[in-house]
Amino acid sequence: MSNTPAAADSRSPGTEDTAVAVLQPDTTAAKAFVGRSPGQLAWLRLKRDRTAFGSAITVAVFILVALLAPVISRLYGMTPTAGFSDKLNFEGLPVGYLGGISGEHWLGLEAGSGRDLFMQLIFGLRTSLIIAFAAAIISIALGVVVGIVSGYFGGWVDQALTWLTDFMLAFPFLVFALAIIPIINTALYDVGEEVPGSFRITVIIAVFALFGWMTTARLVRGQVLSLREREYVEAARAAGAGSAHILFKQLLPNIWAPILVAFSLALPGFIAAEAALSFLNIGVVEPTPDLGRLVYYGRQWLGTPDWAYFMIPATAVFVVVLAFNLLGDSLRDALDPKAGK
Amino acid sequence: MTDLADSTASAATTTVPAREPLLKVEGLTKHFPVRSGGWGKASVVRAVENVSFEVRPGETLGLVGESGCGKTTTGRMLVRLLEPTSGKITFEGEDITRTKGAKLRKLRQDIQIIFQDPYASLNPRHTVGRIVAMPLQVNGIEPPGGVKKRVQELLETVGLNPEHYNRYPHEFSGGQRQRIGIARALALKPKLIVADEPVSALDVSIQAQVVNLLRQLQRDLGLSFVFIAHDLAVVRHFCERIAVMYLGRMVEIGTREQIYEKPAHPYTRALLSAVPDVTRLGSASRIKLEGDVPSPIDPPSGCVFHTRCWKAQEKCSAEAPKLLPNPNGSTSACHFPETGKLF
Ligand SMILES: Nc1ncnc2c1ncn2[C@@H]1O[C@H](COP(=O)(O)OP(=O)(O)OP(=O)(O)O)[C@@H](O)[C@H]1O
Ligand code: SF4
Ligand SMILES: [Mg+2]
Repeated sequence: MSNTPAAADSRSPGTEDTAVAVLQPDTTAAKAFVGRSPGQLAWLRLKRDRTAFGSAITVAVFILVALLAPVISRLYGMTPTAGFSDKLNFEGLPVGYLGGISGEHWLGLEAGSGRDLFMQLIFGLRTSLIIAFAAAIISIALGVVVGIVSGYFGGWVDQALTWLTDFMLAFPFLVFALAIIPIINTALYDVGEEVPGSFRITVIIAVFALFGWMTTARLVRGQVLSLREREYVEAARAAGAGSAHILFKQLLPNIWAPILVAFSLALPGFIAAEAALSFLNIGVVEPTPDLGRLVYYGRQWLGTPDWAYFMIPATAVFVVVLAFNLLGDSLRDALDPKAGK
Repeated sequence: MTDLADSTASAATTTVPAREPLLKVEGLTKHFPVRSGGWGKASVVRAVENVSFEVRPGETLGLVGESGCGKTTTGRMLVRLLEPTSGKITFEGEDITRTKGAKLRKLRQDIQIIFQDPYASLNPRHTVGRIVAMPLQVNGIEPPGGVKKRVQELLETVGLNPEHYNRYPHEFSGGQRQRIGIARALALKPKLIVADEPVSALDVSIQAQVVNLLRQLQRDLGLSFVFIAHDLAVVRHFCERIAVMYLGRMVEIGTREQIYEKPAHPYTRALLSAVPDVTRLGSASRIKLEGDVPSPIDPPSGCVFHTRCWKAQEKCSAEAPKLLPNPNGSTSACHFPETGKLF
């Protein structure tokens, strides 16, 4: 009678198990006194990651500067659009070194127009981040909905949505954007009529969202497919839970980590794409300040001895994109320690 | 504590005939359509074929068979997680095979399930309290004294520290996790629990404790069980009646005494010989089954066991045996059942 239940008859059920329960706090007490959720554990891992710390600080500074741009403008005593043509020489280049950097103009002046580069930069950053955040939120939300519906309900709904996802992925984004953005702008506004900056921004966000949801949809679909067969989901179903409970209470808490990672990695993608659109001159136009356009303008002065005007906005774009990417990577490592680096 | 094996044994003989069935399963069948590869031809996995049995109130029925014989599929059909291809399930005299909507929700409170894998069966993002409270929450039940009190009661019932309700599953051992799963199954005060290999994933030393807990609950709460296991060792001291399955079919069903002392079907006998403590068995009489379980996509003709049966004759591959009563009292499907005393 070795391996049989009867062997334990003399003991009350669970003595050994509860003994484990009593012992367990001893081993974990040093580290934790209450239950640590997987999210809290991820946070601990993130705090130990130096790259994450550095990039998080950088990202936070950029976001803060963009948010506070109007306040900074007031303190700085200049608006982004005010020109200082008196500080330009006859060629339209700023007087002084490194694009006219001075105590008054921290990053110098914009060649040609004589606008303050620091102001242009922080307001341009603001435009870029608004577009990137809005596009990321909408596209990730779209992707999550499509992925969940297709993974959870399966069948022909899944087939149709998967086909749509593949179709959209096969679409050349830049070609489409080049073609469609001017068409939308001219279709809704008469020739000669001014297209408002806010409308242009809305169009860019919409186009980004339209082309940005597919990878998230795929990711979420895969996650839902693997999770919906889990026994805890079956347990909820067996207890009488409806689809809403299963999707939002059982599945979503288990896929928010990859969603968060997708979101943080989508941001730099959209910042870069927005800069690219502006560079191609189909993005944000004057007078809305924009990072990509600053780089585009600066490019013309590359040949001149004063390269600062190109380097400063280009470096800003580079640092923003890099910082967001590094943060996204660290986040992924923290949330999924098993994933390969 | 008295000798549990004895007390349950006497309960089995005295009360079995008097009870009306709580659950009645007739001709239950499940076929899964499958496709081999993307463009392969469609075929059918005959996971469960024409299975019938009854469970009376307070009774424990063991469902035993090798891996892949359709036990889980049967269990899932009972708790309505899978739709049967055909057959009929009756619960408390009511046909529940196709119950839907609000009636199904009501029914789900009476039939609950315990899963095999203590790791996959608890949501890693939920605290134990939330996990155990989930059935109450989704049914909008507000227990007297509040949800928290009820959850703590349930945790205590299954032998866990009630103060651990705000811990997460990863902080518990396998046996403790299985207890959490049991507490969740008890939350709705079910009448029948389908336990799908509840101890197979646990250490042998922990298995006995969890089985004891289930047995205690069964007596204290008057629960009925369908207890699924892949060998006859675990169900031995828990189940009053045992049904043996092979390749989706029921091959023998009988009381514990009939199955353990005078098994009629060769497959039951083979399973039994693998139980380490069947005392009258010397190691020489251990029956080793040759070969693998055939594929349920293309089951053998006649008696599906004939490819591995040492007693097989021509008739066996030609004609499927019917489930018929044996001299020993059990019911089995074999043309040449074992007779008389075993071994
Ligand atoms: N959804 C499905 N689609 C196709 N085939 C399936 C499906 N579910 C189960 N099967 C097949 O049905 C058969 C019975 O499976 P089931 O899980 O019921 O067996 P089991 O007796 O519980 O085995 P185990 O001891 O491994 O848990 C197996 O051959 C399995 O491959
Ligand atoms: S019918 Fe034949 S093959 Fe099947 S179990 Fe009986 S003896 Fe074996
Ligand atoms: Mg199984």
